[in-house]
Amino acid sequence: MAGIKQPNLEDLRPYGDTLDDGKVQLSFALPVPTGPEASEAARRLVLNMGMVDPLVVAMEAMGPAHSFFVLYAAVTKGIDYAHLEVPKAEFERLEMAEIDDLVARKIGRKLVVVGACPGTDAHTVGIDAIMNMKGYDGHYGLERYKMFRAINMGAQVAPDALVARAIAEGADAILASVVVTQKDLHITTLTHLVEVLEAEGVRSRLIVVAGGPRMTHDLATELGFDAGFGPGSYAEDVAAYLAQEWLRRHG
Amino acid sequence: MKLPIDEALVSRARELAGEVVAPMLDYFARHSTVAIERAVLRLYGVDGVDAEGVPWPNRVVDRLKASEQLAAGAAAALAHAVTTTGKRIQEAAEALADGAIDVPETPAPAAADWARTEARRALELLLGYRRARADLKTRLGAGVTPWKYLIVATGNIFEDVPQAVLAARQGADVIAVIRSTGQSLIDYVPYGHTTHGTGGTYATGANFRLMRGALDEVGEELGRYVHLTNYASGLCMPEITVLAAQEGLDMLLNDALYGILFRDINIYRTLTDQNFSRMLNAAAGIIINTGEDNYLTTADAIDEGHTVLASQFVNERFALEAGMPPSLMGLGHAFEINPSTEDGLLYEIAMAQLVRQIFPDAPIKWMPPTKHVTGNVFWTYAHNTLFNLVGVLTDQSIELLGILTEAIHTPFASDRFLALKNAEYVFNFARHLAGELTIAPDGRIATRARHVLKEAVDLLEEVAADGLVTAVEKAEFADIARPPDGGKGLEGVFARGAGYLNPFEEILSPLRKAEVA
Repeated sequence: MAGIKQPNLEDLRPYGDTLDDGKVQLSFALPVPTGPEASEAARRLVLNMGMVDPLVVAMEAMGPAHSFFVLYAAVTKGIDYAHLEVPKAEFERLEMAEIDDLVARKIGRKLVVVGACPGTDAHTVGIDAIMNMKGYDGHYGLERYKMFRAINMGAQVAPDALVARAIAEGADAILASVVVTQKDLHITTLTHLVEVLEAEGVRSRLIVVAGGPRMTHDLATELGFDAGFGPGSYAEDVAAYLAQEWLRRHG
Repeated sequence: MKLPIDEALVSRARELAGEVVAPMLDYFARHSTVAIERAVLRLYGVDGVDAEGVPWPNRVVDRLKASEQLAAGAAAALAHAVTTTGKRIQEAAEALADGAIDVPETPAPAAADWARTEARRALELLLGYRRARADLKTRLGAGVTPWKYLIVATGNIFEDVPQAVLAARQGADVIAVIRSTGQSLIDYVPYGHTTHGTGGTYATGANFRLMRGALDEVGEELGRYVHLTNYASGLCMPEITVLAAQEGLDMLLNDALYGILFRDINIYRTLTDQNFSRMLNAAAGIIINTGEDNYLTTADAIDEGHTVLASQFVNERFALEAGMPPSLMGLGHAFEINPSTEDGLLYEIAMAQLVRQIFPDAPIKWMPPTKHVTGNVFWTYAHNTLFNLVGVLTDQSIELLGILTEAIHTPFASDRFLALKNAEYVFNFARHLAGELTIAPDGRIATRARHVLKEAVDLLEEVAADGLVTAVEKAEFADIARPPDGGKGLEGVFARGAGYLNPFEEILSPLRKAEVA
């Protein structure tokens, strides 16, 4: 419609109430008591971040010696969204029935997938969401797929045990879910998993996938995985990728 | 606000829980574990680590096991060492660890006498700690329920302490120090102050003492008692309980079923550990927290809500058999129904009120949403507000506050501040709501509660028929299957010899008490 402004994709900025205004909200704590100095310190910290027009809208005492802040400010530098390239797993999104059909027609047998939370990670919510029958949020897990054999080893599985199981089951793929990222624990664990795969000489014949709330395809490939799936990924994304990747390799 | 509940079904559930638990009681009477024996040594006062950093209780038990002298129990070995060498307890233990002393299969009468006398003395000491703590609680007074339970988990006890003190000043009633990722699977208790945990801080006696001291100090300043809790699940359940009792902790996570399902710990190992651990908790006046809330992080909260209730009946029975009064049973459950569910709030009220009424004297432990929490902190904050509303409406006892950055990182100090602000607002703003409401007898809430109770009884019928071990193997809880000979720690279970001696159990076990008398 004439008169309606379009965002400048070569200088993309946050959108507050006016296009391209660059407005952001921030909150943080400072280990000093509330007062005019604390408020000014919070404001200047935001200026230090390269933003302009910082406004402290809330300052509350979190205790005698700590303050909590909510602020608004604006960024002045945009991003060239028009020319942005982000690596991601390449596959066509399909529904469960379509994926089963594809595997049945083109592969002619079940794909075997072994999954786990490797290392000391005890949080199975991610691997369960992808693998268990019920899945997550209305998206059935791999166990529900007719053309997948899904083996979920659960939490705290040593990388050696995960790889040994994958070999024993004649797996086509390994799924490793990492939730704990404190002190980069996930990096250490996933790196170790790749080392074990290479030591066992099976790295190249398996499709190896990492997932988790802090996972990106870029990070996963950097760590030596074939693909990475982050938040908002469901079983059908992983299943569609596995089937298509298998066909790419064997097609 | 009261739910209509079919008391006959509740009685049936309790009867079935008794049937589920009975075969395990027989098993407990005939077995012990390396962790129980280490706990016995700790109760006698064996402590510290060797030059390589291995705890002396492990050194002693490992040595006895390797030389096939463990069947009489560590108490018998220690008593033999002390009474035949005249050494003090710690020195006698170290001599045992070094293999300097051979132990008979059955302790001599003098050794058994020593073991029993010293055990009484050790338990008197624990009872003394318990009385002193009870006095402090009475003098300072605890906050009103739901107690606001908050977590610190920096990995470094020296960072945890100021954060916990800050949380207490902000209004926390209970501080939990989350353990380092993986501690539940190590078969020893680390020693001393620790500064390098991941996702949490190692549970050690020294760390307990430091945090306890800091919370007592801030409690005096605030004029309000601040509870401290930690985790006695995993492979060192009874040992952690001993340390917690010695250092004045108020609560412990203590649930074998949780360890079996979520940490893949062997069922025989951890149930046996749990039984002794709960006897000690009962003696020390430590409230246990059970982990049924976790079922709903893997299974669906609507479809599988009844598994929580069924497991609570089983946990209640295991606790009773270990001599725990209901006032120490912090049975767990959670607010995990998918937030897109129409009338989900009503179903949450149904479940929470059902648990509240079925276990009226238990300090119920109520857990916040985690499964359907995304990184959207604003949305999570809204989600937690309704969780708090149900908490106060249904009079939950111990409420682990939802944190808006759940699923992102271990809580920031400001995350705890916002969690407390939310809880205090809702608890205060809706304080007496329950007294003003009645539940429609055939409405959605009552119908859901009836359905959950009925399904729980059906499941218990099945579990009682199958036996607990088979039921767990068939994934009847949390959709997770665990075989009886699988999991971690089975190698640490052993059959008691004819001369087996554990005076602490003799004194504390309701079963053995009768036997000894």
